[in-house]
Amino acid sequence: MGGITIDATGALLVAAMVAALALSYKPLGDYMYRVVTREHHGTSFSGRVERGVYRAIGVRPSAEQHWSGYARSVLAFSAVSIVVLYLFQRVQGRLPLDNGFAGLEPGLAWNTAVSFTTNTNWQAYSGESAMGILIQASGLAVQNFVSAAVGIAVAVVLVRGFARKATDKLGNFWVDLTRIVLWILLPISFVAAIVLVAGGVVQNLTDFTTTANDQTITGGLVASQEAIKNLGTNGGGYYNANAAHPFENPTTWTNFLIVYLLLVIPFSLPRTFGRIVRDNRQGFAIVSVMGVIALISTALVIGFEKIGAGTVPQAVGAAMEGKEVRFGIPDSGLFAAATTLTSTGSVNSFHDSYTSFGGGVLLLNMMLGEVAPGGVGAGLYGLLVLAVITVFIAGLMVGRTPEYLGKKIGAREIKLASLYFLVTPALLLVGVAASIAVPSNLHAMQEAGPHGLSEMLYAFASASNNNGSAFAGFGANTPWFNTALGLCMMFGRFLPIILVLALAGSLAKQTPVPATAGTFPTHKPLFVGMVVGVTIVLVALTFLPVLALGPVAEGLQ
Amino acid sequence: MASPTARNGLLDPKQWVKSTPAAFRKLDPRVMWRNPVMFIVEIGAAFTTVLAAVDPSVFAWTITVWLWLTVLFANAAEAIAEGRGKAQADSLRKAKTDTVARKLADQDPRIESPRAATIEVPAPELKRGDYVLVEAGQTIPGDGDVVTGIASVDESAITGESAPVIRESGGDRCAVMGGTKVLSDWIVVEITAEPGKSFLDRMIALVEGSERRKTPNEIALNILLAAMTIIFVLAVVTMQPVAIFSKDYMAAAPNTAVLNQDGVTGIVLISLLVCLIPTTIGALLSAIGIAGMDRLVQRNVLAMSGRAVEAAGDVDTLLLDKTGTVTYGNRRASAFLAVPGIAGSHLADAAQLSSLADETPEGRSIVVYAKEGYGLRERDTGELAHAEWIEFAAQTRMSGVDLAEHGSVHRIRKGAAAAVIEWVKTQDGDPDPRVDELVDQVSREGGTPLVVAEHRDGESARVLGVIYLKDVVKDGMAERFSRLRAMGIRTVMVTGDNPRTAKAIAAEAGVDDFLAEAKPEDKMALIKREQESGRMVAMTGDGTNDAPALAAADVGVAMNTGTSAAKEAGNMVDLDSDPTKLIEIVAIGKQLLMTRGALTTFSIANDIAKYFAIIPAIFAVIYPGLDALNIMRLASPESAIVSAVVFNAIIIIALVPLALKGVAYKPGSASSLLRRNLLVYGLGGIITPFIGIKLIDLVVALIPGMA
Repeated sequence: MGGITIDATGALLVAAMVAALALSYKPLGDYMYRVVTREHHGTSFSGRVERGVYRAIGVRPSAEQHWSGYARSVLAFSAVSIVVLYLFQRVQGRLPLDNGFAGLEPGLAWNTAVSFTTNTNWQAYSGESAMGILIQASGLAVQNFVSAAVGIAVAVVLVRGFARKATDKLGNFWVDLTRIVLWILLPISFVAAIVLVAGGVVQNLTDFTTTANDQTITGGLVASQEAIKNLGTNGGGYYNANAAHPFENPTTWTNFLIVYLLLVIPFSLPRTFGRIVRDNRQGFAIVSVMGVIALISTALVIGFEKIGAGTVPQAVGAAMEGKEVRFGIPDSGLFAAATTLTSTGSVNSFHDSYTSFGGGVLLLNMMLGEVAPGGVGAGLYGLLVLAVITVFIAGLMVGRTPEYLGKKIGAREIKLASLYFLVTPALLLVGVAASIAVPSNLHAMQEAGPHGLSEMLYAFASASNNNGSAFAGFGANTPWFNTALGLCMMFGRFLPIILVLALAGSLAKQTPVPATAGTFPTHKPLFVGMVVGVTIVLVALTFLPVLALGPVAEGLQ
Repeated sequence: MASPTARNGLLDPKQWVKSTPAAFRKLDPRVMWRNPVMFIVEIGAAFTTVLAAVDPSVFAWTITVWLWLTVLFANAAEAIAEGRGKAQADSLRKAKTDTVARKLADQDPRIESPRAATIEVPAPELKRGDYVLVEAGQTIPGDGDVVTGIASVDESAITGESAPVIRESGGDRCAVMGGTKVLSDWIVVEITAEPGKSFLDRMIALVEGSERRKTPNEIALNILLAAMTIIFVLAVVTMQPVAIFSKDYMAAAPNTAVLNQDGVTGIVLISLLVCLIPTTIGALLSAIGIAGMDRLVQRNVLAMSGRAVEAAGDVDTLLLDKTGTVTYGNRRASAFLAVPGIAGSHLADAAQLSSLADETPEGRSIVVYAKEGYGLRERDTGELAHAEWIEFAAQTRMSGVDLAEHGSVHRIRKGAAAAVIEWVKTQDGDPDPRVDELVDQVSREGGTPLVVAEHRDGESARVLGVIYLKDVVKDGMAERFSRLRAMGIRTVMVTGDNPRTAKAIAAEAGVDDFLAEAKPEDKMALIKREQESGRMVAMTGDGTNDAPALAAADVGVAMNTGTSAAKEAGNMVDLDSDPTKLIEIVAIGKQLLMTRGALTTFSIANDIAKYFAIIPAIFAVIYPGLDALNIMRLASPESAIVSAVVFNAIIIIALVPLALKGVAYKPGSASSLLRRNLLVYGLGGIITPFIGIKLIDLVVALIPGMA
């Protein structure tokens, strides 16, 4: 072959991605800071548009909410979203632009409604054979916007909890939602969609596109959905093949853009956090934690796929099964790492076919709780909760009541943080244990033994952490798994949100303790290392037994 | 009052023996329940006992015995910590002999002599507000304030200090404690404590730990430990169906004592769970708390609650009274500044003469300085036959002497500048204006100026010069304050001095700030201000007018010599009445928190090695590849599991001395403390069990049925 090696391409690709994200960190982070903290100004264009929206939905923008009021708004909004999306799918056949598809049957419609509202985008259907243009663009895509906005809004509330002093007012959900959708997600998606169209992604209203060799392939508003599906770390593909489909992701540079889109908001939100708490170093520390874990993980995935234990991979020089030849190892590995690290779940290669250790790292990425950098908003609040736990464990070692950003971490805070930390492991482990104990469920596994276990672990990790990607071989479309995974998605999304909002409420009530030389420093490399350590050790301790019997056993055979 | 074993901080094997009965008593589930982590271990131990009885083997019984030992070690650690307090409580109880009180018959404390009519009442029946008469040789029946009389009191039963103290009505030295003894004279005491709630009762309860409540940080830590326990219960319980599934897949793998077709055996599951849940910190948590209180008691400080000790670690601002804390209680003469035209020796002579009868420390220091600086022999007051000594009076603000010499009178006066200058003027003198400069200079430098003047019959009075009285800052204070600063603690000196003097002393002592011309309400305002900006404040105080500030401060240390109002208001009492101790109290509070954090980190870090011991031990039978995780190369699955369990139990004993003594604490910035502790307890916590488990395995492998 000659030319450039996989190692060098991988390194260059990752370096280019890091550079692109680093360049966006400050401007995007600062911009998002302005959007979520702006005072209500009257005469500007944006002010007038916002006021129109508030009048239409009957919201007084200056009325700030208590954490519980905010939580009720989030839950009410999400409940209505589920119901509307469910009904939308049920009546599809009677609406225009249905591409001839009938309404979805109740179980599937319910699963899909929950999946898109929880920012999971677990897809038990195939886009091109179940969903028409109308529902894709005005049902699913709308949830792609608002579910992402909910995540960012909740993260902003937690950050406000740290920044505010002796108050129970944490902002207004409807204002936050409106602003995040209008001024962050819409403009970036708009530009991204146009660039994607330029890169060859489909964007039309014709039902079918005929290609040269007499094939008919569904067309539709693909580019616009592709943009927000990744920007909002949703991941639900227009096509079943997701970003491996040439109409969604035609070239290596659209591939690069897509990976950039799914990483850019989660990696820039720490800057917004630093701005709101008036200490950019704190934001930098958090983004460093995310960056360190993400880099290690990406390097491991690409590395394992390159080494590719097994006869065929050894012969061809890398584990290419399940990967697009036009992308190769580095582009596929980076995409796979990014999509599992960010709770996106879109794929450009099939994770089931990854080497046992490579697939194991993807599994571990989700088990980390989607914090490096995690889903939009969800990653930031997840990592801040981990930082709180780290501060508590290690903070005592400096001889003071642990405090983070001047707020004391007392019994109530640690109770909420611990419960947060319990939710996803509990859902994942109980889900897997209960499923594997029922013999009929074992048919869902494509393979027996450790790989089959990995498939099931992956499904529950994906649902509980709202990722949405799947180990392709796993046949999840059974009543048991639709129900179990649906419950995991619901509880995995909303229980943490309620706990995070409660934590924000409890933090905002406090008067901050001024920092002194005796204060535990949370902006230095030592702290970054500690959060990385706590994140990895706590997750490893929780999941090691099942991982040992899944990917580790398979890999060490 | 500290027990011998507690004092040297080492663990005596006798203590383990002595605590054994208590360790067994604490196995009662109703007691264990309060410690969820160890409660789980106890349930596990009970369960393995049943399993071992049903299906006995060396392996099963070894695990069972060590699980019970784990629980017993935890209980013994707590019992040892409590035992040290009990020894102290016993010595205190001796002071609480039942005395008979002599209650005044007509309940009017204004009596002239101790021959007033009294009724004999048993001490425990005294109520608040009763007046009792106590004479020399009698024991004071209860806590109260002296309302009539003055007496010397032996408080050694409570403070351990053998020198008697003076207690008198009025002022800040009126509080007396039940159980102390009047040595001379007689007093009338108004009882201020309800029966059974005296200082002595509270002290006994405190050192015994019978009133121990969990502190805020302890509660938070318990929540985290409980959450981690739940996670590990989940991890272990959910492992079972997965293990069964894996065993089915590799059905050809042999059934062993560790894993069979029904999954992982109960004994192994429980062993894994016990190894993973944070037993080390769970076992030692309450011992750490009790030992923290105990360390204070050893320094003669009584904390009214564990919460106060913990708060001491969080203190951001220390309010320190200048006198007694920053400086020695009294000023000393450090220079004689003569007015131009007056010989230094003349001034020294006058200064000495005027101070001969002055028994205050300041007066003595002037005589001493005249001797050291000017070679003036100290004259005896008896030598000066015709001298008339003028004592200091608040109205004149002067003292001095009138010497009758050859028929004429030589008057010497020393005192506050304004008063002496006024005196000179009234004696037809014209005070040298340059004396004002000297007075200013002394004040500017933080000293107290005393002006000396003389007047001979027939001459006009004149000012001789100024005595420079200096506040002497205690040795090493500047260094202590800079260490506090490194710890992030701000020191504020509180003084009644004028701002200029205060500033000079503050600069010399190296405190961060000062509050001059402070009145009690200024102190209160300062505390409120600090607290409003989120800081925690510690202070000491003894007077009744300190009481509100002591109550408002997060850590209020009342001096034992102080009033009962002050002692009631504060949350700590220093029996030695040493205000400098505040600094030690802060260190003890920090050490308490650090010990908890260090052992928590250690406990969690230990889990990594235990996984490497147990996971391959269980599953290498079905997936031989997993033997690669057995990096310690442990002899057999059984010996690996036993070694992990034994290590888990032994580490509790090994850490008991650390829990009782507290981790080494050197004042420093949070960053430096963190780096050090993280290295020792984090990294050490990862590495130690690898070595420990391997060593134990080498021994365990020799037991038949294990290899």
